[in-house]
Amino acid sequence: MALPQPKLDALDARIAALSMPEDGWPRAAREAALARLREMGLPGPRDEYWRFTRPDTLVQAEAPAAALFENDEAPMFDAFDRLKIVFTDGVFDAEASDDLALEGIEIERLAEAATADLHWARDLYGVLEARGHSPVPRPLAALNTAFAADGVLIRVTGRPSKPVSLIYRHESETSDAYLHHCVKVEAGAELTLLENGPAAARFNNVIEAEIADGGTLHHVRAQGRDHERRAATHVFARLGRQSVFKSFSVTVNGVMTRNECVIELDGEEGVAHVAGACVGDGDFHQDDTVFITHAAERCESRQVFKKVLRNGATGVFQGKILVKPGAQKTDGYQISQSLLLDEDSQFLAKPELEIYADDVACSHGSTSGDIDEDALFYLRARGIPEGEATDILTLAFLAEAVEEIEDETLAGDITARLEAWLARRRG
Amino acid sequence: MLEIKNLHVKLEEEDKAILKGVDLTVEAGKVHAVMGPNGSGKSTLSYVLAGREGYEVTEGTATLDGEDILGMEPEERAAAGLFLAFQYPVEIPGVGNMTFLRTAVNAQRKARGEEEMNSTEFLKTIRARAKELDIDAEMLKRGVNSGFSGGEKKRNEILQMAMLEPRMCILDETDSGLDVDAMKLVAQGVNKLRDAGRGFLVITHYQRLLDHIVPDVVHIMAGGRIVKSGGPELALEVEKNGYADIVEEVA
Repeated sequence: MALPQPKLDALDARIAALSMPEDGWPRAAREAALARLREMGLPGPRDEYWRFTRPDTLVQAEAPAAALFENDEAPMFDAFDRLKIVFTDGVFDAEASDDLALEGIEIERLAEAATADLHWARDLYGVLEARGHSPVPRPLAALNTAFAADGVLIRVTGRPSKPVSLIYRHESETSDAYLHHCVKVEAGAELTLLENGPAAARFNNVIEAEIADGGTLHHVRAQGRDHERRAATHVFARLGRQSVFKSFSVTVNGVMTRNECVIELDGEEGVAHVAGACVGDGDFHQDDTVFITHAAERCESRQVFKKVLRNGATGVFQGKILVKPGAQKTDGYQISQSLLLDEDSQFLAKPELEIYADDVACSHGSTSGDIDEDALFYLRARGIPEGEATDILTLAFLAEAVEEIEDETLAGDITARLEAWLARRRG
Repeated sequence: MLEIKNLHVKLEEEDKAILKGVDLTVEAGKVHAVMGPNGSGKSTLSYVLAGREGYEVTEGTATLDGEDILGMEPEERAAAGLFLAFQYPVEIPGVGNMTFLRTAVNAQRKARGEEEMNSTEFLKTIRARAKELDIDAEMLKRGVNSGFSGGEKKRNEILQMAMLEPRMCILDETDSGLDVDAMKLVAQGVNKLRDAGRGFLVITHYQRLLDHIVPDVVHIMAGGRIVKSGGPELALEVEKNGYADIVEEVA
């Protein structure tokens, strides 16, 4: 079905300034992605999937400017030995990056790999994204596949000694960055992938992750604290038998963030956990949109999202568990909760279950509340000042999401950061 | 030490007077007990002194060492040396008991301009005090009061009191929900803290707690006022005859 002319015009305006990289094997995938995009069009305010989040600043041709954030604290994940790969406003920074060699893992850059013969990457690039448009289109991901000039292609064959850490720096107030990463975790292999930083004034990021039988991928992401930055991210993951994928994101600040996560549990006894903690103050809109498909027996999925909102901040959660016919003994859990620190803030949640198997255990819940007055008084009666007591209760609220990070040191680091960020707000 | 004069209190939300002129003075080194029937205003008195929201003081004063406490925030009252052992300690999952106590101890010290307790000293102290109250390491690690039994919660209140070393301790029905053994443990904890510089206000329904924490003075509260005061024998009289006689006698 052809798009109506105004939608086509809007799309043409959006991509007018973008150029599709010419080279090598990704070209066909890029062309296909653009063709998909021409069929679905850009997200519009009337699209059901964008009911709670205005897509306009994400789809307009030019990225709205975002002031740079003066950050005086130690860089995120600084205490961890990791292989650093740095992108500044979406452009690879060789000088700031480590050598890409590490035992148990092969890392290539998308920009350089196009002419290399990477069968595994060819089978992945744009493939999971293309599968991810059912039942709802995710045009910003197709846009990314078509035009992202760089990113990393990671093939994990063993158990590398340290995490791969993607660092996204933001140095230009008007940058519009696109990165596309592919991660292939071979059978029995294991990787921790870290991402942090604001990346650009407007950032469009896609990760496609294929996890083979018995493989494990841990993903921990800290989105940059630049107040005016915008980000639309997608994680597409397909899990084989007895494989594990755990993804956690922390979002503090940022005027617009839409994190979509699309997971297919394709092999028996796969485990997928997606969690997020967000703290928003003022002009802040953060959206977690998650779609988990159980297509095999005895898989487990968890979605744990916690949002702290104040001064008119908005949090959105759209989460769905789809259990396909035959996916018996599915164990699905979904919780989304908000802590509203004042009456101006809002939390919009759309939790969904769609189940076509009869022997499953799925539960979901969503709540909204303010600080527990009894708990607050109890802490104050012990001498803890109101601001500090509120922070303690706020951290306790976020803890359930942070605890989803399997590595306790990483979880401890995130908690310490959250504590410091909350204290800073208190002044 | 604690001086309450002609204290009148009503509920903020409705026009309902609860305390109607309470006069009470607790001297340093003394234990005062407040007994009274349900609805006499005992718990309200403890909440108003600790600074809970929802109450309005319409008349009267309450001072600690001469300082007006009614105008202070709850945390300021705590730093000034006031402690309330809650009748219903609040469960706070996600906040570790140990972290909570350390934060509280150091917040009070900071407010008083004292040096913070370092972690070695804190650990040493809390382990010793916890042991005396039969609180194990597991309980210290768990969330504040979360999943604690009634007895564990009350022992945890006394542990907090022992760590914070307040000058004026208010115990609001600390005996409720306790079996005899737990009550003895709690009473031991309280007795250990008795000294010449510290005052206690022990609120209770029943005389039995006062067998273990022997008071210097017993007050009977009814209808929002102290209606009779006396020695420990007054508690025994209540135990024998109930409140009706006394309340009638002064009416």
